[in-house]
Amino acid sequence: MEEQLQALKTEALEKIEAAKDVKELNNVRVAYLGKKGPITDLLKGMGKLPAEERPKMGALVNVVREEVTTNLEERMAVLEEQAINEKLQREIIDITLPGRPVKTGNSHPLTRVVEEIEDLFISMGYEIAEGPEVEKDYYNFEALNLPKGHPARDMQDSFYITEDILLRTHTSPVQARTMEAKGGEPIKIICPGKVYRRDNDDATHSHQFTQIEGLVIGENIRMSDLKGTLSVFAKKLFGEEREIRLRPSFFPFTEPSVEMDISCFKCGGSGCNVCKKTGWIEILGAGMVHPNVLEMAGYDSDRLSGFAFGMGPERIAMLKYGVEDIRHFYTNDIRFLSQFNRTEV
Amino acid sequence: MLVSIKWLKDYVNTQDLPADELGEKITRAGIEVDAVIDRSEGLSNIVVGYVESCEKHPQADKLSICQVNVGDETDQIICGAPNIAAGQKVIVARPGARLPGGMKIKKAKLRGEVSNGMICSLQELGIEGKLVPKAYAEGIYVLPEEAEIGSDVITNFDLDDTVLELGLTPNRADAMSMLGVAYEVGAILEEEVKLPEISYPEAEQTAESMLTLQVDAPEANPLYAAKVVRNIKVKESPMWLQQRLMAAGVRPHNNVVDVTNYILMEYGQPLHAFDYDALGTGNITVRLAKKNEKITTLDDTERTLSPHQLVITNGEVPVALAGVMGGADSEVSDSTTTVVIESAYFASSSIRETSKNHGLRSDASSRYEKGVDPNRVIPAAERAAQLLSELADGEVLAGSVIFDELDKEEKIVTVSPDFINSRLGMKIPFEEMLDILKRLQFNTEAANGQLVISVPTRRQDIQIEEDVVEEIARLYGYDEIPATLPETEAAPGGLTPYQAKRRIVRNYMEGAGLLQATTYSLTSEKSATQFALTETDVTKLLMPMSEERSVLRQSLLPHLVESVSYNTARRMDSVALYEVGSVFLKTDDELLNEEEHLALAMTGLWLDNSWQGEKKPVDFFVAKGIVEGLAEKLGVQLEFERGEMNDLHPGRTAFIMMDGRRVGVMGQLHPSEQKQRDLKTTIVMELNLAALLSVETEALVYTPVPRYPSISRDIALVLSKIVEAGTIETVIRNAGGKLLKDVRVFDLYEGDKLEEGKKSVAFSLTYFDPEKTLTDEEVTAVHEKVLSALTEVGAELRS
Ligand SMILES: [Zn+2]
Repeated sequence: MEEQLQALKTEALEKIEAAKDVKELNNVRVAYLGKKGPITDLLKGMGKLPAEERPKMGALVNVVREEVTTNLEERMAVLEEQAINEKLQREIIDITLPGRPVKTGNSHPLTRVVEEIEDLFISMGYEIAEGPEVEKDYYNFEALNLPKGHPARDMQDSFYITEDILLRTHTSPVQARTMEAKGGEPIKIICPGKVYRRDNDDATHSHQFTQIEGLVIGENIRMSDLKGTLSVFAKKLFGEEREIRLRPSFFPFTEPSVEMDISCFKCGGSGCNVCKKTGWIEILGAGMVHPNVLEMAGYDSDRLSGFAFGMGPERIAMLKYGVEDIRHFYTNDIRFLSQFNRTEV
Repeated sequence: MLVSIKWLKDYVNTQDLPADELGEKITRAGIEVDAVIDRSEGLSNIVVGYVESCEKHPQADKLSICQVNVGDETDQIICGAPNIAAGQKVIVARPGARLPGGMKIKKAKLRGEVSNGMICSLQELGIEGKLVPKAYAEGIYVLPEEAEIGSDVITNFDLDDTVLELGLTPNRADAMSMLGVAYEVGAILEEEVKLPEISYPEAEQTAESMLTLQVDAPEANPLYAAKVVRNIKVKESPMWLQQRLMAAGVRPHNNVVDVTNYILMEYGQPLHAFDYDALGTGNITVRLAKKNEKITTLDDTERTLSPHQLVITNGEVPVALAGVMGGADSEVSDSTTTVVIESAYFASSSIRETSKNHGLRSDASSRYEKGVDPNRVIPAAERAAQLLSELADGEVLAGSVIFDELDKEEKIVTVSPDFINSRLGMKIPFEEMLDILKRLQFNTEAANGQLVISVPTRRQDIQIEEDVVEEIARLYGYDEIPATLPETEAAPGGLTPYQAKRRIVRNYMEGAGLLQATTYSLTSEKSATQFALTETDVTKLLMPMSEERSVLRQSLLPHLVESVSYNTARRMDSVALYEVGSVFLKTDDELLNEEEHLALAMTGLWLDNSWQGEKKPVDFFVAKGIVEGLAEKLGVQLEFERGEMNDLHPGRTAFIMMDGRRVGVMGQLHPSEQKQRDLKTTIVMELNLAALLSVETEALVYTPVPRYPSISRDIALVLSKIVEAGTIETVIRNAGGKLLKDVRVFDLYEGDKLEEGKKSVAFSLTYFDPEKTLTDEEVTAVHEKVLSALTEVGAELRS
């Protein structure tokens, strides 16, 4: 019986060694260690042995069983790892293939510029005011110190619908309307919107374009406040290193009137093609609100003063992003629009 | 305004500043210098030559062989100009010379004949063709006899000059003259201004003895002065005068016309010269035109006049449109011997009206429109008399013929130094202010601490205290203004709820994969009402620039779809655009109803992940999903109703409803519309955004997360194809009651396993009770109700 046991053990260990995968090994387990296996049979057959041999034989069977079990488990661990490795091998993917695209759109570049400006001024306590694009001559011109027949009306040839109604030529009528509505109270607003002028569309002109204007009215508003405000704006939009300079200019609704240049953000002031070799770039027009404009809206120009400024988001976008033709903003070529997707900070 | 620096030096010391530097100073003080033009740029080695002989080239008809004395030698030069002749003094570019555009003159052979240089036209020296005197426009320029052979053309004829191009704002009409610019430069550089010295011999006979004057419209013409000059010789002007005019952008004609133009540039005062004999009556009468009266102006155009237009007449018929253009009949010609020089003040409104009515703008009319200096009208007439005496050998009759009711008083503006400083946020000393006003040549008195300023009539833009603030600030220097921030109440800024929600809508649309487009508000009459949600009468422009942009849009879609076509025509097959913008609807009110809309247009593939086999073309339901998601985002209830609209697919169009009101439309473009626009399947949508955003949404309060499980039951129904899933869903919801939490379509089958005319729709129903775990029996009880309700409406359960 002992011989029989040894032969069985040798046979089992050989089969364990020969098992090629987990399934085969499990078959070996069932065949040798299972309830119907030969080892169990041997144990069952022990009853036939003489009583004094039984403990010795029992111990021997257990030793064999232990040995077979240990071998089997070790082999099982090896085969399991092998199986996992094979699975991993099969599951290799080409990680250089493209990902499933996430479809995202983005804002129009002009919206991007306008919102950036809006947010900056909101942080300084401004509100956003809007108004109609089809406007009364009164708000578009007369309330802004541009009576009928004023020579400066030539500066902005307009689209009239009737003698008194036109497509607004600037967003300033929103200022006039806000002043009228506020009834003499202080104001701090930003007015963005579409405007229209009788221009032929070409690389630098568009019959429709956008404007964004600002208006502050209060007690003792000074020209130095205008300069400080514009300086904050220029640094925020074009970089901390930007310097600004004011040049005298003319607008009928402000007096004094200025144009603001910023130091060139491309060359830093040494001169390049962006600044036409001057080191400065013209960005916006501004000035102290003309007393006639204040008075027409019911403000006491002796007690209150104000400043206003206005700029073209198209021009700013063209400068900032290097766009060479204003018509790009209105043709909606997706190869153009989709470039304004990423963040810039 | 073009300002020759050489000419400017007649009136003011420019301290020999380099032109760039002078230009920069002028710009910083308020008049923008748009360009600095060096007239001699690229020119060298150009001399006066004398054509000793001129013969036809034997090999070429159009060429001449000239022997030209250039001072140190006589050279052979081949010339192609038709007007070349022996005995002329001409401009010669010698070998080694440079001409504008980098051209270098070399010794050359032309058809076998040696040419030692080139005889030049003015155009070849860089002068614009339209400024070259007509006689020389097609050929070489002929110099006056006194030109010294071999001398340098550039220095002797004032081409060594720099011109500043000023970009003038409408308020600075004073700088539309050399004298005005001289005052400005004088103020900047702290230099005096020298006015021209006027003196000339007068004849004994008086002007009044030859000319009578009557002004019948003194409001439009408060000052009229005329000088009479006789025995003049009409000829070419001297070179210096021609050069100055060309530098100023004016074409020389003859000495009489050139003198009037010269003084226009010098004083800013328009003058007009009449041929005295052609006037024929010895009379000038200024009056308003009669109805249908006619005049042929200098540009050989016959014009019909209307009664409010001011005309100069000879007492009988109009001889000039006052201040705008002269008449052809009384034009100065080569044979003119006696001229009447008119210098007048015409009211700007009158000139603007006439100039606008006839579409005529001239150097004269634009100056009158902006207002001329009342105190320069008479000096300008005197200056003309002087120059005609000097340059046309004219005999000036004594005195002038004058009508004068014009107010020439200087305006007084009083302003306090505190006001100036408080407006600027500065502390400019009083003395400094006085000094600046002195530099401007404004007579100023200091009285009771106030500045009492007499503003010269040339500066009509200075009217109020604020104007003085600007004068002081610009000459003190804007760089000196400190940077401060307004000392206002610290109120928080922000967006209105509407504005905030509009940004949310835009972010949502972009998150959904759409690019924001911007299109034009003006469109053609044909497109104006296409796809309009609410159609009204169209709003037309009075004077459109083209038919394409003549009417205001009532829908965003026509242009948005056009943008889609633009892209697909350039082989970008998948396009998804949205736009937020106003449409313009007529109302009974004077102004329009501007309604803010949101539109979308898409075509091509919505999802394209080809290598994984995922390709989803754009369809109705892609767009519908976007609208549904938007409604959820905004917390509004939108419903979809089958509808029809021109140019949309009749079976694939829905109106979008809110509270029973139509707030939008969506659908596929009609196949014929798609074909016409060269598009494949294109889905569009437009919503009245203003209506959606003006709904006030409830405060957001959380619903507890479910503590009990929900139970789902799926049913597949066989329906007639014409029955809509939405109808069945309503039946299910109504029957399901409170416990039915959700109904979702999860399958649609329309294949041949079903009877003709049938479809199968599968719904997943979710039952849920927030209070407890539902039992199977409870669910079955409700579900049975649902099934019987479905049977009642003819929906069969699919086995
Ligand atoms: Zn630069």
